[in-house]
Amino acid sequence: MSMNLTSNYILQVGKKSWILAETEIRKLFHDPTELITRAVQPILWLGIFGEALSKVRAIPTGGYSYMQFITPGILTQSVVFIAIFYGLNIIWERDMGLLQKLLVTPTPRLSLVLGKMGSAGVRGLCQAVIVFLFALVLGVPLILTPVSIALVVLIVMLGAGFFTGLSMIIASIVKTRERFMGIGQVITLPLFFASSAIYPITIMPSWLQAVAYLNPLSYMVDGLRSILITDSLSQFPSDLAILAVVTGAISIVSAYMYPKVAV
Amino acid sequence: MHDDSLIAVRGLKKYFGELRAVDGISFDVKHGSVFAFLGPNGAGKSTTIKMLITLLPPTGGTATIDGMDVEHDASLVRRRIGYVPQLISVDGTLTAFENLMLMARLYDIPARDCAARAREVLAFLGLEDHADALVRTFSGGMIRRLEIGQAIVHRPKALFLDEPTSGLDPVARQNVWEHIMELRKTNGTTIFFSTHQMEEADQMSDTVAIMNAGKIATIGTPLEIKAKTGNAKATLEEAFIFFTGTNLQEGGTFREVRRSRRTERRLG
Repeated sequence: MSMNLTSNYILQVGKKSWILAETEIRKLFHDPTELITRAVQPILWLGIFGEALSKVRAIPTGGYSYMQFITPGILTQSVVFIAIFYGLNIIWERDMGLLQKLLVTPTPRLSLVLGKMGSAGVRGLCQAVIVFLFALVLGVPLILTPVSIALVVLIVMLGAGFFTGLSMIIASIVKTRERFMGIGQVITLPLFFASSAIYPITIMPSWLQAVAYLNPLSYMVDGLRSILITDSLSQFPSDLAILAVVTGAISIVSAYMYPKVAV
Repeated sequence: MHDDSLIAVRGLKKYFGELRAVDGISFDVKHGSVFAFLGPNGAGKSTTIKMLITLLPPTGGTATIDGMDVEHDASLVRRRIGYVPQLISVDGTLTAFENLMLMARLYDIPARDCAARAREVLAFLGLEDHADALVRTFSGGMIRRLEIGQAIVHRPKALFLDEPTSGLDPVARQNVWEHIMELRKTNGTTIFFSTHQMEEADQMSDTVAIMNAGKIATIGTPLEIKAKTGNAKATLEEAFIFFTGTNLQEGGTFREVRRSRRTERRLG
């Protein structure tokens, strides 16, 4: 491909991804009930699970309170839950006929993936706002500066992107809503537990530690924790790089696979 | 290829393993004509349409639209066609205007013209008073019209409609057809549609093709096809049974039936 064609393609992908993500966000504003119901889960985790376990003081959290420790974990979890069920959307759109109509337009396949990823990311950011507000209500000290917020946005968008891509791949394999729900339920909890979201990796058995190191969710938690709690950013560039690479890779695989849902 | 044909299909095949869903079919669709595509469920109609609209690569043979190959020039074909699926393809959580804007932007209509084009399409379909209403408040006929609007916002040369009137009551059905015919008259758009309604095919189309078991069982004007049965007074429905040996009411897998009923319930 010549330079010109390549840059045209990149422009097309960018433009169409933005159009699709913007349309998805518009839908969210037409009907924000989804955001409100989604707020319940992180509030329960922080308000009940977090508060209860802080009393026990059984988990080594490196000098920070347990509430501080799990706030980034709960944020990650709620972003990942949104993203992992976002793939269900394309099955829904296929059943409706919307997906076929989009696939017949001159829209790069990659844009449909990036548009969905962006839209899941924005939903994830809404969760972040809720988690931060509730954490402030509970008096959990977080580092919230313009820089830290910008880095949170970056990590949340990348993490949401990865798990949206993963869920689109699953959707393109299982093809029906019923099977997707089953698989979604089966993988979300293990992903959550095999990460540093609610306890540090160091207290896990070694086989689970190995799993946790392969789990992109761990890098999200680690990145968010270093931004919001510890302010020791030595690990942050590698967390960010790993998330960027896996998200980039999965968006390409997903762009190749999901059109198969439609036929 | 005939000079006056917009769509040219030559020996088109699609095999799924052992199943020969489309088994080497050839036909032409003339510029500006109305082409009805009939056949029992499982005859290969949907598979053929999916190949023509670039959703499914053929196993063999070729199909061109306006001289562009559906497999190798897919993105050029996509700019020349519009597609209205049988299922509901508008987004209920967006307004009518937003649904059209989405398509206008995806079809690369210059940003400054998108809104004007969307308004023009709304006016053409008689939906201008409902531009800013959420589509989930629309009736079945309005939804269908808006879906057609989404597929014509870029002024395609060919419009593909998959059972455009299934689930609609007679009044809405007539209204939808008036708009389709108006589109052909004013823009010269070629209309390619599948249907199970024989009267509809008989009244609306210039050419009818009946598909059966992956092949074109017969093709011609409605009059020619009826004449081929040897019975001077045959209806198109009788001709359909003559050429396919199937009763219309029988077919359909569980999934197809579930889908079409779901569509009917939503539209109705």
